[in-house]
Amino acid sequence: MRIGSAVTIDAEGLDALIATLASRGYETKGPVVRDGAILPGPVGGINDLPVGVRDVQSPGRYRLEHGEGDAVFSWAVGPGSWKAEFFPPSQELWTSTLEGDVVTSEAPVADVAPLAIVGARPCELAALAVLDRVLLDGAVTDPHYAARRVDAFIVAAECGSPASTCFCTSMGTGPATESDFDLALTELDDDDGHRFVVRVGTDRGAEILEYVPGSETTPRDMAARQAVLASATKAIDRRLETEGLAELLARNLDHPSWDDIAERCLSCGNCTLVCPTCFCSDVSDTTDLAGEVRRQRTWASCFDLDHSYIHGGPVRSSVSSRYRQWLTHKLSTWWDQFDSSGCVGCGRCIAWCPVGIDLTVEAAAIRASDGALRSSPASGRDGR
Amino acid sequence: MSRTDLPEPDRRPSLAVWKFASCDGCQLSLLDCEDELLTLAKVVDIAHFSEMSRASAEGPYDVSLVEGSITTPDDAQRILEIRSSSHLLVTIGACATAGGIQGLRNFAASGAYASAVYAHPEYIDALETSTPIAAHVEVDYELHGCPVDRSQLLEVLTASLAGRTPVIPGHSVCQECKSRGTVCLLVAGDTPCLGPVTRAGCGAICPSMDRGCFGCFGPADTANTASLAAHLRLQGMAPVDVSRLFATFNAGAPAFRHEALAQGGPVPSAPVRITHRAEREGPR
Repeated sequence: MRIGSAVTIDAEGLDALIATLASRGYETKGPVVRDGAILPGPVGGINDLPVGVRDVQSPGRYRLEHGEGDAVFSWAVGPGSWKAEFFPPSQELWTSTLEGDVVTSEAPVADVAPLAIVGARPCELAALAVLDRVLLDGAVTDPHYAARRVDAFIVAAECGSPASTCFCTSMGTGPATESDFDLALTELDDDDGHRFVVRVGTDRGAEILEYVPGSETTPRDMAARQAVLASATKAIDRRLETEGLAELLARNLDHPSWDDIAERCLSCGNCTLVCPTCFCSDVSDTTDLAGEVRRQRTWASCFDLDHSYIHGGPVRSSVSSRYRQWLTHKLSTWWDQFDSSGCVGCGRCIAWCPVGIDLTVEAAAIRASDGALRSSPASGRDGR
Repeated sequence: MSRTDLPEPDRRPSLAVWKFASCDGCQLSLLDCEDELLTLAKVVDIAHFSEMSRASAEGPYDVSLVEGSITTPDDAQRILEIRSSSHLLVTIGACATAGGIQGLRNFAASGAYASAVYAHPEYIDALETSTPIAAHVEVDYELHGCPVDRSQLLEVLTASLAGRTPVIPGHSVCQECKSRGTVCLLVAGDTPCLGPVTRAGCGAICPSMDRGCFGCFGPADTANTASLAAHLRLQGMAPVDVSRLFATFNAGAPAFRHEALAQGGPVPSAPVRITHRAEREGPR
């Protein structure tokens, strides 16, 4: 097998692929159904995947439907992203103890099996690429992120079932993928049966595939793959106009929309926590009664009042300024900082906002009245 | 924390625990710190803690933990004495920080309750309202919850001992749900949940058990209760039910009280009338 070639496997083949990865020492994880949602979890075989499960999503709403079919990838993304595997909600950085006059410090050593992800969506691969630019390829490499990320084996699953919240086509991140994977699956479930086109992205992907029963992908199957992707593309009707978007937001910092959004925004932080690229964290030191000191890094959100706390108080005290910080960073200043958009169009922030605030609608509202100014100049000063 | 200077090294700092109108659950959280209790007893001198010992040492005290709300004229006097004999005063729990469940009396004339409940209401010497400690004296630190979280309680104590700021977040419960991987009950179900407007600290226990957040820890920083209430109304909740959701343990916290009243208030406007058992069951 060489990079760029493709084989077709059936359900048993996918089972064999997962088993082969596990036998090579990988911790195999993939999408699983838990508590009414599809989330990353341990998978040992195809039956651990969401067999026959579909999702229905809209702003502030997410439901699963359990059907009859064999398909395992008939859903869009759920609330959990692969970010948490590499950038966990809580990470111990070091501990320190004092005995007499001697301070001893210890940093935890990562001792976990390498990770194999089976069924990452193209938008999720794009999100990992965004995170890589921040945590791996930036001025400073995050050792904790790198430890798990560098050797992770990625089996992508191209998207045939987008949700109404998806807008990857606007961001150029899906429903197909051409890079950032070891192997890429496209699920086909038609008159020719339930099967997967597997494309090879790396040499180690090709090597694993040697142990999986399958046959060279026929032109007919390749055409079926294209049809699945075309149908998914057509199904995505949500759109974020990206033309001049970074500049649009940068010149509308006093737009009345920010205050309008703040009327609805709960400042709960859910959008940032489900976002697969939000990487803000807080570092805190705690002591215990025995005198041990512990430094910990935890997920943080720009919606926290504490997040912008500097000497004397928070910089962004209004909810309006915090939402503006989030949206302008994601869609505008991220370009200045990392030379890319911070948004991959997965739609999680739309579905998992309890009150259904939709960034595509909000960005469009600002575009529709470009240059409008809020009436109260006093509130405009907050958080500048 | 505003008062962090520690006593001289040769003396263990003294700790006192005080009770006002409350159920004792927050104090018991301290006894519940089983693994740390012996260590705590070594590093502090427990001077007054009625749930642990009837021995009581004279003040002044380095740290006073105060549980409960102020509901009687006697309470209002006693808290002044405790404040003046305490170097650092930390209030613990929803009663002490927001008036507690007994703060529901603030939504009605408490005299009506007294005459409905007690055979001899003239024996009751209570204030019209149940108020938090901070309404009466200066408080150095407030620890929220019904009951408080024992890890947060230990954190405030160890931080005080080390002279550092406690690491106690003011953000929403949602962040704890997301960190522990709990699926949102508002989005993936139709369960009313106060998580988005409630202060974190409990570890998001209730949503992890498929039960919406009760709001035990009170309002989070900049809680937008109006938006959440509007959302719950859209989902079909009646105003009085939304009001009651906000009017429980932290009914006296300004953001929750404001929303409970904005939704029409948690109690019917008709006068309170509680039937006595004898009246219900008739003569035996």
